[in-house]
Amino acid sequence: MLEFLLRIFGRDTTASKKVAKERLRLVLVHDRAGVSPHLLEALKNDLISVISEYLDIDTQGLEVTLSHENDSVALVANIPILRVKRTFKTGAETSVKA
Amino acid sequence: MGEVIVITSGKGGVGKTTTTANLGTGLASLGKKVVLVDTDIGLRNLDVVMGLENRIVYDLLDVVEGRCRLKQALIKDKRLENLYLLPANQTRDKTAVSRQQMVDLMAQLREEYEFVLIDCPAGIEMGFKNAIAGAEKALVVTTPEVAAVRDADRIIGLLEAAEMEAPRLIINRLRPDMVRKGDMMDIEDMLEILAIDLIGVVPEDEYIVISTNRGEPAVLDKHSRAGQAYRNIARRLTGEEVPFLNWDAGNGIMARLRRLIGLG
Ligand SMILES: Nc1ncnc2c1ncn2[C@@H]1O[C@H](COP(=O)(O)OP(=O)(O)OP(=O)(O)O)[C@@H](O)[C@H]1O
Ligand SMILES: [Mg+2]
Repeated sequence: MLEFLLRIFGRDTTASKKVAKERLRLVLVHDRAGVSPHLLEALKNDLISVISEYLDIDTQGLEVTLSHENDSVALVANIPILRVKRTFKTGAETSVKA
Repeated sequence: MGEVIVITSGKGGVGKTTTTANLGTGLASLGKKVVLVDTDIGLRNLDVVMGLENRIVYDLLDVVEGRCRLKQALIKDKRLENLYLLPANQTRDKTAVSRQQMVDLMAQLREEYEFVLIDCPAGIEMGFKNAIAGAEKALVVTTPEVAAVRDADRIIGLLEAAEMEAPRLIINRLRPDMVRKGDMMDIEDMLEILAIDLIGVVPEDEYIVISTNRGEPAVLDKHSRAGQAYRNIARRLTGEEVPFLNWDAGNGIMARLRRLIGLG
């Protein structure tokens, strides 16, 4: 009953329009950044192949997501390292001892 | 030289066809020479909403493929002298018509009509691209729902990318009672999120269903609230400054109480 009265008088802070607006704002940040799940997946695979040249990483535990902070978006990658490689290739294919 | 305006939305079922029929009829009642083009190929509806489905002989595809002259395919409205419809073809799919054919068709229509209104199919694929190809202006229709506004945002982006003039927004099926309770996004919320100019707000109105059943656009009915909203938008399209209807008849406690006891 109290909730009913609060709603009539417009004091309900959890009115569903607020939820709708917030969800919309977040989904549009994603949409406008042009980042699709497909793109994130491709990015993740490329990250794995590049990083694997330097580090042994846990490809299963790897997470790439977008995080929303206020009105900006950040790319957040969480990459568990299993082992640092002793030798790694540089672009010119010369082997370097670490 | 007339204006070519596409009515689009992204999400399906938000009221593009209803809007095209009502704005076209509204503009024609203001004395403008108007043609409506249904580009929802394979899923034509505009003929039914206009009550002209029994008069179709030729369609858009017949025109672009040269089986008839443009004039032969245009159907004259039952009620208004200066209103015509070019129906979509029901056979074949959206790939049957090319972008260039659409551009040429619109160029031809604008020679003779003051307003060419294009009813766009839902989606962002070929049908959408064809529909906007020959247009210079766009109206984006949305309802006050997350999915519809989200898709409207996508469409606005695509229209910008196509270097179209800044589109204007029509909010359809607004329910002032739900907005007052805080259970529907309000006009400000949507304008702020989409950052676009508003051209009109159409309330949810059961008269739309009745008028669609009859094949008589609501804009012709003086008692329909949606019809009134469409009459205002039609006037705005002609460049007239028309004040926005006040959907929120006061939010003070007295107004709320009055509504509560049925006096509002
Ligand atoms: N303001 C309104 N009040 C009540 N009903 C409405 C209103 N606007 C549209 N409708 C109803 O919503 C339904 C969908 O409308 P309409 O066919 O115009 O949408 P559309 O965007 O053209 O759909 P599609 O994407 O399938 O082409 C119809 O049944 C119509 O009568
Ligand atoms: Mg339609």
